[in-house]
Amino acid sequence: MPANRFNGFTDYGVGIGLRVPHYQHIFDKKPVVDWFEIISENYLVDGGRPLHVLDQILERYRVVQHGVALYLGSAQPLNREHLRKLKQLVRRTGTRWLSDHLCWGSVDGRYTHDLLPMPYTLEAARITAQNIRQAQDFLEIPIAVENVSSYAEYHVSEMTEWEFLNEVVERADCGILLDVNNIYVSSRNHSFDPFDYLNSVPAERVAQIHIAGHSKFEKYILDTHDHPVIDPVWKLYARAIARCGPTATLLEWDDNIPSFEEVHREALKANRYLYAGQTASATPQLHATKQPALAGARR
Amino acid sequence: MSTNLLDLQRRMASAVMQPLTRSLTTRRLGDDGQSNTRAAEQFLKPNSRLTALERLQIYNQQYWYRLFGCMEEDFPGVQAVLGRAAFERLMRAYLEACPSASYSLHNLGARLPEWMRTHPKLTAPRTRLALDMARLEWAHIEAFNAAELPAFTPQAMAALHADTRVRVQPHVRLLQLAYPVDELLLHMGNDADDHCATSNSAAAARKSHSVRRVANQRPQRIHLAVHRQQFQVYYKRLVAEEFVLLTALHHGESLGAALEAAFAKSRLSEPRRAAQVQAVFQTWMKLGWLCPQEKKNSRSKR
Repeated sequence: MPANRFNGFTDYGVGIGLRVPHYQHIFDKKPVVDWFEIISENYLVDGGRPLHVLDQILERYRVVQHGVALYLGSAQPLNREHLRKLKQLVRRTGTRWLSDHLCWGSVDGRYTHDLLPMPYTLEAARITAQNIRQAQDFLEIPIAVENVSSYAEYHVSEMTEWEFLNEVVERADCGILLDVNNIYVSSRNHSFDPFDYLNSVPAERVAQIHIAGHSKFEKYILDTHDHPVIDPVWKLYARAIARCGPTATLLEWDDNIPSFEEVHREALKANRYLYAGQTASATPQLHATKQPALAGARR
Repeated sequence: MSTNLLDLQRRMASAVMQPLTRSLTTRRLGDDGQSNTRAAEQFLKPNSRLTALERLQIYNQQYWYRLFGCMEEDFPGVQAVLGRAAFERLMRAYLEACPSASYSLHNLGARLPEWMRTHPKLTAPRTRLALDMARLEWAHIEAFNAAELPAFTPQAMAALHADTRVRVQPHVRLLQLAYPVDELLLHMGNDADDHCATSNSAAAARKSHSVRRVANQRPQRIHLAVHRQQFQVYYKRLVAEEFVLLTALHHGESLGAALEAAFAKSRLSEPRRAAQVQAVFQTWMKLGWLCPQEKKNSRSKR
């Protein structure tokens, strides 16, 4: 189940986001990490340190690209220059799949740099799916779309968010980056049962899972990626793994970033659930064997 | 393209990108003078805890916090020169006039120097100083991320002649400034090691008290090359002739024409000119600043 056509038939374990405060630790200590996720847009530059760092990371680790600005739900055509640069980066990283969000964020050439929620309409699903297919055809690798946290709902919505997600991925024939923290945040903000969402996700399309922390305010929850994962989110994660099988999992920690060890330790808690249903002998020895296998696989 | 979806996205984007009030809340009235409460209610649902406007406000605030934070990181020198209140006014006006037109936040400040040039009142009375600082900080960002091409080998350098056209390294940025803002940034502890890939930001730790002190210095015209070595950005002062020569080469002049331009107003004697040319070319070679021009596509010669 976890190795499927939406994640390039890979079997990645638990990864963390590659973040600047950890660069030195990674280069000095060379920790064993199953894989790193990079924010694609941070590396869409012509040269300099970002690409140099990335190349050093690629010598030792598997990297998966995660985007924040493709805006697959935009009513207007995708930015061709953006796609062209993404494709160059795809060739550089050898990412086996690429993810971005099921959202929009730009209009008439103006960018909000936010992950704005979609109206859950058939028309929006059709347009989004068309954009995803175009991007997938151009980039020539599988795309997984991530469900976002949201704080607002539109009057025009005709279905639930999970029905919309299903509609889009079926029409686009693409994968899903299932963010269980985002499901939790949205469930609290919009008063739905997160397990209803989770149970409706087509498990066979889940390429990857995101876990993260968030911030609680008086009247809503904000997806801030600046805390450890809370128990209710781990419960959702356990359910997701039960439905999907052991799936490539990534901890997002983007603000108030603690030490590398702390972030990695938090991420590795996912192993409690990832292989909970398997016998000890069947559990992959992630830390002992993954690295050498990786380097060979990438080449 | 869907007109319904596009219309909704235009309305939402417009609402999200509208300026906040001084107390960082969503304005009561939109740009069209209509009630924002009513506008939000037309396309957003309330829930049991939040009105439609309050839900919109979450996005409205996040938009400005994100963009302002980015500008704050990229232009700490401008903020130090102007002070926080004036910097906030400047950023608010700039971001309203020049919203992001790129998929990357790296490019958010690209239009700031030019925009500041045409809106001098917002930076008065330190208009020129603030402008020079913005130009330097933007050049720093560009130098940090620009490409690096294979430089001339010593043998190829030796074979250059008057008709040769060369290319200046893409990461070299040339600035003629009225204030020694390079010193200001250095006083602020601008260490290239602090620059990071995610924010593309200038160094976080700034010492505004020392900036104030240096900012009170008299103007001093300088010529500066902002360039990169070993993935770090450096500032190198240039003499006037060197600056003109490099600028001419950057604009595609032949070596002969560039040398002529460089020394057109120079008071240096011929022997000293020759010595200076030799010295700067040796320095540029060490720094790898000169590269062969790209070969033209053979089909374009037809």
